[in-house]
Amino acid sequence: MTDYKELKLRASSSPHIRTREDTRTVMLDVIIALLPALAFGVYNFGLRALAATAVSMAGAVGFEALYRFLMKKPQTAGDLSAAVTGMLIAFVCPVNIPYWTLLIGDFFAIVLVKQLYGGLGKNFLNPALAARAFLFSWAGIMSSWVLPGSRTPLIGAVDVATYPTPMSFLHNGDLTGLQKIYDLGDMFIGSIGGSMGEVSALCLLLGLVFLLGRRVITWNIPVSYVGTVAVLTFLFPRGNDPAAWMLYNILGGGLLLGAIFMATDYVTSPVSRKGQLLYGVGCGVLTVFIRYFGAYVEGVCYSILCMNLCVWLIDKYLKPRRFGAARKPIFRRKGAGEP
Amino acid sequence: MAQSFFGGVHPHDKKTATNKKPIEPLPPPAQVVIPMSLHIGAPCRPCVSVGEHVNVGQLIGEMTAYVSAPIHASVSGKVVAVEPRPHFSGTDVLSVVIDNDYQNTLDPSVKPAEHPEDLTAEELVEIIKNAGVVGLGGATFPTHVKIASGLGKVDTVIVNASECEPYNTSDHRILLEYPEEVIGGAKLLARIFGVDKVHVGIEDNKRNAAQLLQQKIQADQAPVAVELLHTRYPQGAEKQLCQSITGRQVPPGELPAAIGCAVFSVDTAAAIYRAVYQGMPVIRRIVTVSGSGVMEPKNLACPIGAPLSDLLDCCGGVSESTYKLLMGGPMMGNAQYSADVPVGKCTNAILAFAKDEERTVEHPACIRCGKCASVCPMRLQPLFLYLYQQKGMLSELEAGNVTDCIECGACAYICPGRLHLVQAMRTAKQQVNAARAAAKARAENKGGESA
Repeated sequence: MTDYKELKLRASSSPHIRTREDTRTVMLDVIIALLPALAFGVYNFGLRALAATAVSMAGAVGFEALYRFLMKKPQTAGDLSAAVTGMLIAFVCPVNIPYWTLLIGDFFAIVLVKQLYGGLGKNFLNPALAARAFLFSWAGIMSSWVLPGSRTPLIGAVDVATYPTPMSFLHNGDLTGLQKIYDLGDMFIGSIGGSMGEVSALCLLLGLVFLLGRRVITWNIPVSYVGTVAVLTFLFPRGNDPAAWMLYNILGGGLLLGAIFMATDYVTSPVSRKGQLLYGVGCGVLTVFIRYFGAYVEGVCYSILCMNLCVWLIDKYLKPRRFGAARKPIFRRKGAGEP
Repeated sequence: MAQSFFGGVHPHDKKTATNKKPIEPLPPPAQVVIPMSLHIGAPCRPCVSVGEHVNVGQLIGEMTAYVSAPIHASVSGKVVAVEPRPHFSGTDVLSVVIDNDYQNTLDPSVKPAEHPEDLTAEELVEIIKNAGVVGLGGATFPTHVKIASGLGKVDTVIVNASECEPYNTSDHRILLEYPEEVIGGAKLLARIFGVDKVHVGIEDNKRNAAQLLQQKIQADQAPVAVELLHTRYPQGAEKQLCQSITGRQVPPGELPAAIGCAVFSVDTAAAIYRAVYQGMPVIRRIVTVSGSGVMEPKNLACPIGAPLSDLLDCCGGVSESTYKLLMGGPMMGNAQYSADVPVGKCTNAILAFAKDEERTVEHPACIRCGKCASVCPMRLQPLFLYLYQQKGMLSELEAGNVTDCIECGACAYICPGRLHLVQAMRTAKQQVNAARAAAKARAENKGGESA
């Protein structure tokens, strides 16, 4: 029989079992969900899209590993969060971006935005979007778009010729001009100009389905965000076809990439369901506001960054109702309860 | 189908290892160590002395307060020691040690009530009290206190057969092998509370037990209704079960009696039946012995006070790589540092883990995913409470309602960052309660001075 005195027993706190899902599997799920969009980017813009994504991922993971090593902190490069950031940075840039620019973005995102605030879970801005905002210091590079189906050479000078993307038409309110170049099918499939990872609504929605199925994210933020944009663009259209204007606004630019993969970033979005809904609505309102009235063509990046800054406040005030506590009336009707 | 509760998780239930194995009696232990604290409330005072002979069912520990429950000998034999011995709570507790004479001599005090059908509620409660019945689901709150405090307030009596902890199958086996006792106990509870129906809440991973119960209820015309519940942890937590069955939420800081509910576990109902119809006090416990470290998992009927090592031996011993020995389920059970501790009234399972199911990491890190908050059945936000606890922010902990935490462990189970959330909540609750007590003492002091 067993000698029970020989056993090395651990007496730690309950619970004694944990789910298999950890930070690494969550991040891996996000990477898998981004793969269809990456595949379409390669199909649409050539192998340069793949190379740029690989360089950006390697750069982000490298900066994370290097920082943790130099600061003698526990190594976290293996949790794949930096890989996701690297992937997203590439996705929000034009395909002909020079590799060094991507690496600057990686450094900015990983070291300045994330690690200086304590690493994963402590940063208050989405690292990839903050990097994109920073990279607009090179406005020429960040807004030089190639035609869909064109093949940018793997190595070589930036093609400075710039073709219009759907967003430039939408920014000008020129719906008929846009409809002449791209029909809604192109917009949905993604045969349009734009950043590497944002063009294909179809592929991004596949990613959404995967993330929802794996319970990595909930529908709260994507639906409230896109829904708000849909309602506002439908109510205040430019041109005389509100439905088309709404659909082009949803499918154009980085809205779906932002709503599915950026606004849902755990670290920089609210925790409670109520908070997530408010945050999504805020993102939607700001996106439409910037697209309509801003100097920038696209509003997704800045609207999410602005809402990132509000997360602390949202978390503080929008908490779940306490178990067993009475529901507080939002509007007290006059004379209610009186005979 | 009944309603539902907030949040919850779906751990693999791992019940197939033992749910088809009939309850086996544990070979009689050579010695039992019966602690004088087998319940929530005041410990008992031993009323036997060294050298004395005791019989099965004889009173050996008397109640010293109202919130307490008497303790009885589980074997017959000679008392060889009355001294502090290791207890499953992790401390040494005054215990009565009995050398088994293997005669199993029944004490003359063990006799059925004479006219059980004529007994009043008060007389029934007295029998339950004297039989040492406590909440046998694991909480061990004295049943007579629960009944007395609920009389007149309770309109819904619930028998908790959800057994939502993975691995545990002791309640499941009791339902399959002693359904009459459970239904009989439920009928007694209906009489005591004066309700016309008792609800039995049972998770839908035990459909065979639900069906059997249904047949017996129909045959018996018993005032009992089986409620099939979703298999989701912590379905069997008292407040969550009340919510699932009645849709009512227990207000903060209150007990289920506040919303007219009283919850009793399967084995408690059976113990009430045995106390009334057989005169038998609580002296044995059905224990599931399972887990990756156990050679041959079983359901055992054990005398209270039998050492864990006897139970494990009866199941073929444990593997050498066993790193964790649990009393209770994997979600809320206590890790034991020794196999010498005795089986108590609360011991529904003994689990030995050899494979890593704990999945701890060296550097836990919160990624703010909020899964802890979305699974919390009490609607807390463990991620923030964890930070407040780490930084000693007591007023924020209090404002975050940390004292509502039921320590079910759903948050820590789901946490991808592997934070030790339950540990932090437990510490935080102690800190908040201590601060409240200190503030109260200060206020009273001041009042005394000014008077």
